[in-house]
Amino acid sequence: MNKIVKTLMAGSILALSLGSAVAADEDADLVVNGDTPITVRTKAPDWHPLDELLSGWVFRASETQALQADDFENPGMPFVDQAAEAWATADGSAGKACADCHNDVESMKGVRAVMPKFNDEKGTMYTLAMYINNCRTERMGAEAWGYTSGTMASMEALIGLQSRGMPMNVAIDGPAKPYWEQGQELYYTRTGQLELSCASCHEENYGNRIRSDHLSQGQINGFPVYRLKNAKLNTIHARFKGCVRDTRAETFKPGGDEFIALEVYVASRANGLSVEGPSVRN
Amino acid sequence: MAKIKPRVKAPKSVAAGEVFTVKTLINHTMESGQRKGKDGNKIPRQILHTFDVTYNGAQVMTATQHGAISANPYVEFQMKVNESGTLTMKWLDDDGSTYETSKDIAVG
Amino acid sequence: MKLSRRDTLALGGAVATISLLPLRASATTEAATASLKEFTGGADWAEGGVELTAPEIAENGNTVPIAVSAPGAVAIAIVADGNPNPGVAEYAFGELAEPMVATRMRLSGTQGIIAVAKMADGSFKSASRAVKVTIGGCGG
Repeated sequence: MNKIVKTLMAGSILALSLGSAVAADEDADLVVNGDTPITVRTKAPDWHPLDELLSGWVFRASETQALQADDFENPGMPFVDQAAEAWATADGSAGKACADCHNDVESMKGVRAVMPKFNDEKGTMYTLAMYINNCRTERMGAEAWGYTSGTMASMEALIGLQSRGMPMNVAIDGPAKPYWEQGQELYYTRTGQLELSCASCHEENYGNRIRSDHLSQGQINGFPVYRLKNAKLNTIHARFKGCVRDTRAETFKPGGDEFIALEVYVASRANGLSVEGPSVRN
Repeated sequence: MAKIKPRVKAPKSVAAGEVFTVKTLINHTMESGQRKGKDGNKIPRQILHTFDVTYNGAQVMTATQHGAISANPYVEFQMKVNESGTLTMKWLDDDGSTYETSKDIAVG
Repeated sequence: MKLSRRDTLALGGAVATISLLPLRASATTEAATASLKEFTGGADWAEGGVELTAPEIAENGNTVPIAVSAPGAVAIAIVADGNPNPGVAEYAFGELAEPMVATRMRLSGTQGIIAVAKMADGSFKSASRAVKVTIGGCGG
């Protein structure tokens, strides 16, 4: 589009808007605690329909972006502290804590970056929540945590924190392929009363506004995410369910096959962006 | 209520009289008393109504908070000290509970 | 016409704000004024001498970061003139504290935030900011 026309258009609309500007700084970089750079924009992998990958962080207002820059300002962090205590506390008939087998939680470095991952022993695709519950039920003799519960979200945040800054690297080939392909099909299938697919908003309209919300690419590298809207950590499947409901479609079950497949596909769409530790979003 | 975990960022050592920033964060739903439950009735208020900061027993800052303070309240303030000591932070809950944490600060 | 994402971002924000009503920053409801009068013991306050930082457009009304600074103040009160209860918080400063605070608050809708500072000499100063709170997303 003609540069002059663009400038005039932008100028006149801005002039009408009482001088208030978009508060987001889409060119800002994120460094957490002054020492951990986060890749919030990167070139997409070759197979990817998009050219550039953008973390959801890029689309938020600058005040929201600031909340993630310091672990003493990030409202998701007290929940990470709760999980750190749970990590060291024995639970279940075996009288073991996570720490008894896994030692310090730093041993979880790299885990979040490759989730979901095909579990060779179980012969099926496993999400982080499934690995956690598998340990609890089969090795600790403890009860499984609710798949989208606050306790699970906190532990996913603690484990995710150990991979903070590392690039997402979810496998899409080999045994992961059928799940990835099923997820891809779900991503592009229009459903529900509003006949929207994930792609309708997150691929075709990211950067635009839905009412006043700034649409992102729908990446999940930042999960679990502290949402200002409900003031708590939210898990991937809980958000999938919420998004599907928001488009007035019948939602799948968190922890069910469809959302597992969708998670494989959506997670891989962020390959290259950093794991963010608990992120902060709208 | 789930385990309350205060998070405080304060320097370990400062020069006498040097102004420094303290960041405090604590998880709490801060139920305002405005929200309605599934039965249509208002959920009773339960917030951290007071946040009290002292240094070696002397009052530094006291915050009286109301229902409009967001969940998982964050309070950032600035102060200075002239001697080494302990910075104590207390949060008082409507239900009578007190949550407390402290940080030692060296002046040298 | 094809707009780049950069253009859309620049235009989109402006478009969103056109549809919102202009807010007079000095508008104060009765309840908010009454709440502030309780803080001042009935005394009036003069605008100026207080710095109140708040976003022009809140990303989400549930968590709105604000900061208040008032050199020479011994106490600061914050009210929101459109909330069901206008009182947000009061801060009392001891000798070791700087008269400033940053926190996060809830706003039920577009409205004005007013901060009143009690000075050491017993006088009162104030600042106010208008904050737009928008409805986002496909149903929230």
